[in-house]
Amino acid sequence: MADNSKKSANHQKGDPSTTGHSWDGIEEFDNPMPRWWVWIFILCVIWSVGYWIVYPAWPGINKATSGVLGYSSRSEVVKEIAEFEARHDVLFAQILETEPGELANDEDLHRFAVNAGASVFAAQCSQCHGAGGAGVQAGGFPNLLDDDWLWGGTQDDIVQTVAYGIRNEDHLDARYSEMPAFGRDELLSEEEIQQATHFVLSLSGSDHDAQLAAAGAEVYDYNCSSCHGVEGEGDTFLGAPALNDQIWLYGGSQETVYETIYYSRFGVMPGFDGRLREAEIRAVAAYVHQLGGGE
Amino acid sequence: MGLLDHHGKIERHATLLLVLSFLVVSIGGIVQIVPLFYLDNTIEKVEGMRPYSPLEIAGREIYRREGCYVCHSQMVRPMRDEVERYGHYSLAAESMYDHPFQWGSKRTGPDLARVGGRYSDDWHVQHMIKPQSVVPESIMPSYGFMMNRELDRSDAEKVRDIMGVYRMLGHPYTDEMMDTAVTDFFAQVEPFGDPVADRYPGAQQRNFDGQDAVTEMDAVIAYLQMLGTLVDFETFVPDASR
Repeated sequence: MADNSKKSANHQKGDPSTTGHSWDGIEEFDNPMPRWWVWIFILCVIWSVGYWIVYPAWPGINKATSGVLGYSSRSEVVKEIAEFEARHDVLFAQILETEPGELANDEDLHRFAVNAGASVFAAQCSQCHGAGGAGVQAGGFPNLLDDDWLWGGTQDDIVQTVAYGIRNEDHLDARYSEMPAFGRDELLSEEEIQQATHFVLSLSGSDHDAQLAAAGAEVYDYNCSSCHGVEGEGDTFLGAPALNDQIWLYGGSQETVYETIYYSRFGVMPGFDGRLREAEIRAVAAYVHQLGGGE
Repeated sequence: MGLLDHHGKIERHATLLLVLSFLVVSIGGIVQIVPLFYLDNTIEKVEGMRPYSPLEIAGREIYRREGCYVCHSQMVRPMRDEVERYGHYSLAAESMYDHPFQWGSKRTGPDLARVGGRYSDDWHVQHMIKPQSVVPESIMPSYGFMMNRELDRSDAEKVRDIMGVYRMLGHPYTDEMMDTAVTDFFAQVEPFGDPVADRYPGAQQRNFDGQDAVTEMDAVIAYLQMLGTLVDFETFVPDASR
């Protein structure tokens, strides 16, 4: 059959030969593949053999073949990080050698630290404290642009806060403070909480009921002043916020202050010790410190 | 045309064609299937991995139901920029109890493989209710409704069924874990309840959403807060050639 079809009457001189198949007299020319295509195909086959030898390829019983180059994405990233670290080695080492409080004395080093800190801040801190560091007032995420500090605003203080966090159960050096829930735990009566609320509002000159505030002075004195200070000046050693200014962590409305006294509030910040290099923690502290409120 | 003539013989002989095509398909199949028998050796042994606790499974189911994976991957790739941003690159072993795994590289939202412990519970609650309240540039939709969807005993029992399936797939759930699945489910939101970490080391136990009721928010946050936290990378030394 194959031979017959080749000599069929349809076949004209100059036509390529046919594949030899004939279906009810319909035949198929045996046109060759384009030569460029065939060559690329052959080259790809050769290339793949080379690839098997050079790169990890064939799976085995215990392990895949590792290839003569010994390539692995893991060693690649280790190398990449080492290269990066080597580039900044000297500066990072200098940051570590300098006392956090004295970083600003070396202008070049400080500039480096602030810039390095800014990128750390963008990746690690901005989600809570805001891209610009303004925090989210209503949510209890502190504004870092002002000079009102919960746990102290010196570079050393900031380094400690960043490294170990606040109420971070994973680290013993974490900042920890506990305000009692005066309402929920029935330490104060409803009336006393109302009075204390108005007294607290009066400390910062907010709208308040003078009569209730006057009555609240005593409640405050007995229950609040040991941490928040007699004048409401706060205590950064205890992490007690100042109450005599208009800067509020959860908002300064009467309802919010009442709720805070009733239920108490505990913000949590993770520690970055282990997540960041020591020098990066110092750098981000330098960045935060120079945002506006550093002490 | 000798070769083609031989081919003609095969084409005209149905049994021969069947036998020979079976042979060819078998070779193709073996090449693809046999390496899977040795899949275990691609997963390096690490300390600390454990199967999910019941509440975490519930959170994971919600995570899948809401399609979180459409925007969020769970795979830190071994590249410097990713390691800088998210932490140590992911290990295969870290998704050994994931069915299905949540890998990916398309990041509409950030990778979540190591989100555990990175934010406070309060942050997660606020962020779920209104992402833009904490991250103004975020395009994530609100999931505040999870605060109102309470989980009850039937949900816990569903989780126990899922654990049964996982067990069939080889996850090391013990008989004790199966027996206490329902109580563990609720205990994990009781700060002073029966310690779930006895059975699930590293499990975090507290009231995640701050509400009295056990809600989907609790489950999701419990899940998110444990992601990527099980392997201790201070003691882990990766095999460089993997």
